[in-house]
Amino acid sequence: MSVVHSAPKFASNLGVLDALTAALGANVLAAKEEHGEIVLTVKRESIEDVLRLLRDSHEYQQLMEIAGVDYPDRAERFEVVYMLLSLTKNHRVMVKVGAAENTPVPTVTTLWPVAGWLEREVFDMFGVIFSGNTDLRRILTDYGFEGHPFRKDFPLTGYVELRYSEEDKRVVYEPVKLAQDLRQFDFMSPWEGAEYVLPGDEKAAAPPPPPPAPPPPAPAPEVKAKKAPAKKAAAKKAPAKPKGDKK
Amino acid sequence: MSLQLEQSPTTGDEVISNYTINFGPQHPAAHGVLRMVMELDGEIIERIDPHVGLLHRGTEKLIEHKTYLQALPYFDRLDYCSPLAMEHSYVLAIEKLLNIEVPIRAQYLRVLFAELTRICNHMLNLGSHVMDVGAMTPNLWLFEIREDCLNFFERAAGARMHMAWFRPGGVHQDVPLKLLTDIADWLDTRLPTLFNDAMSLVVDNRIFKQRNVDIAIVSKDDAVRWGFSGPMIRGSGIPWDIRKSQPYDVYAKMDFEIPVGTRGDCYDRFMVRVEEVRQSAKIMKQCLAEMPLGPIASDDRKVTPPKRAEMKQSMEALIHHFKLYTEGFHVPAGEVYVATESPKGEFGVYLVADGSNKPYRCKIRPTAFSHLQAMDFMSKGHMLPDVTAIIGAIDVVFGECDR
Repeated sequence: MSVVHSAPKFASNLGVLDALTAALGANVLAAKEEHGEIVLTVKRESIEDVLRLLRDSHEYQQLMEIAGVDYPDRAERFEVVYMLLSLTKNHRVMVKVGAAENTPVPTVTTLWPVAGWLEREVFDMFGVIFSGNTDLRRILTDYGFEGHPFRKDFPLTGYVELRYSEEDKRVVYEPVKLAQDLRQFDFMSPWEGAEYVLPGDEKAAAPPPPPPAPPPPAPAPEVKAKKAPAKKAAAKKAPAKPKGDKK
Repeated sequence: MSLQLEQSPTTGDEVISNYTINFGPQHPAAHGVLRMVMELDGEIIERIDPHVGLLHRGTEKLIEHKTYLQALPYFDRLDYCSPLAMEHSYVLAIEKLLNIEVPIRAQYLRVLFAELTRICNHMLNLGSHVMDVGAMTPNLWLFEIREDCLNFFERAAGARMHMAWFRPGGVHQDVPLKLLTDIADWLDTRLPTLFNDAMSLVVDNRIFKQRNVDIAIVSKDDAVRWGFSGPMIRGSGIPWDIRKSQPYDVYAKMDFEIPVGTRGDCYDRFMVRVEEVRQSAKIMKQCLAEMPLGPIASDDRKVTPPKRAEMKQSMEALIHHFKLYTEGFHVPAGEVYVATESPKGEFGVYLVADGSNKPYRCKIRPTAFSHLQAMDFMSKGHMLPDVTAIIGAIDVVFGECDR
């Protein structure tokens, strides 16, 4: 597919992917080139070595960004993405590692001091632990905040809200109360794999109704008649479900 | 009789231990809501711990719950001093995923207004930097230029600050010819006059130099290690400009110079910005001279809505319009990192799409986040009043830093 967009054009990707995968060897779990971006997925334990190699031997001098992404369906639900920039080769690559809540990612503050705050942000927003980062405090959220807001299972509205209380003359924290529900429209059409069931369609998916029950044995109406003689006529009218008549 | 002198409790050698003061979050020189916990030895700074996040609004999370088009105005509100530069990264990221072509006139318009945004941003930053170190007049004069810029934005997009004018595939509306001629006149007359007047008060001013020269020197190596970009890395002497090295839109056709500093101090960063204003004016003149007539948005009807007049005649246009403004367009699955040269440095958008009409994840790479982190090492050993000069030269805006 030819490139027709006008997004920033850095140096050609030609051959870079092969060169980098060859240089990194067994550390690379997956490598791809899509949308003009080179993405290397590497082993979590070796991220520091991989980035050191890329910095020292492949001229990727700058670490511009560390991004966290949450994929709740995966076993290792988080992805930590390192954006590297080469000022001399005029090229960018992305390096990824997977991580779970309890599997720390080795810090890269040893390579770039800028990684300190970037790792703090990923920790704050997703709860990914960076082992070796000596200053892994929260950074963007409030003092005393609990939870990791950019996880997919964290609600958009959060859990607490704060306001200035005129009675107490201070800011008070309270559980979130929504005056109206948050509007979330679902625009997926049923032809494109929407997961909800359209009104009326639930009948199609439901198992076929059980065959009509055989007429009740002769003694049954008599038993019922003893208990509730007034309902006898109703029981005879609908023999298929005599027990539906609960009164 | 011997005279017994009384021991004074306040004179003599006393050991003063380091003490900690709190700077901000409400401080006029903090350029927003920055809180810094500073450890001082007398007036010498030993350590600074910036606390950011007081303006954190969860923009990235909000964007995940909006369609691609609805998420665009959030970008205006990141760096509210250079809104169109923020939008630029975002629309380019979407266009890269979609791989759609932008008409040439739209590219020129985007570059023209991105550079106007740069002038507008630098007016605010240069002015407030000067005011932080003690001068009042240049700020007022520079605000006059900024006011002109905001008026141009209003005439193009209808809003002075939060334009929301760039669109994936082009821009929202074409501009009237009179606006372009007025910008050309302004570039020839008013901008150079006002700007040179204001700068003549500052750049050779003795007090200004005393406050900025040799303050917070950053070497080339440090600038690279701390992830600097934009005027901060250029101030340190590295000629790195994404507009030049990784051109987007029509920057490849533009003829402009990259100013670099020689010493890497606050004065160099200031002067880099001063020269960038002149270069931006040069780029804008080229845009105005070369801009062709033509469409201002992609003709891909699955991305850009049809014209109003078309909708009165064509059923298909009406359907497209309805679908684009309710459901929005779908972006193919994939991930891109697109960074552009915003007035403050590299502003990047890491966009993860899952094929639906909403971004799966939109990570925003702010410029000030990396720069502010270097605050500690830049101000170590300097005096307390130098902090305002250093913050001014970083050009930090908290809407973008905290997101």
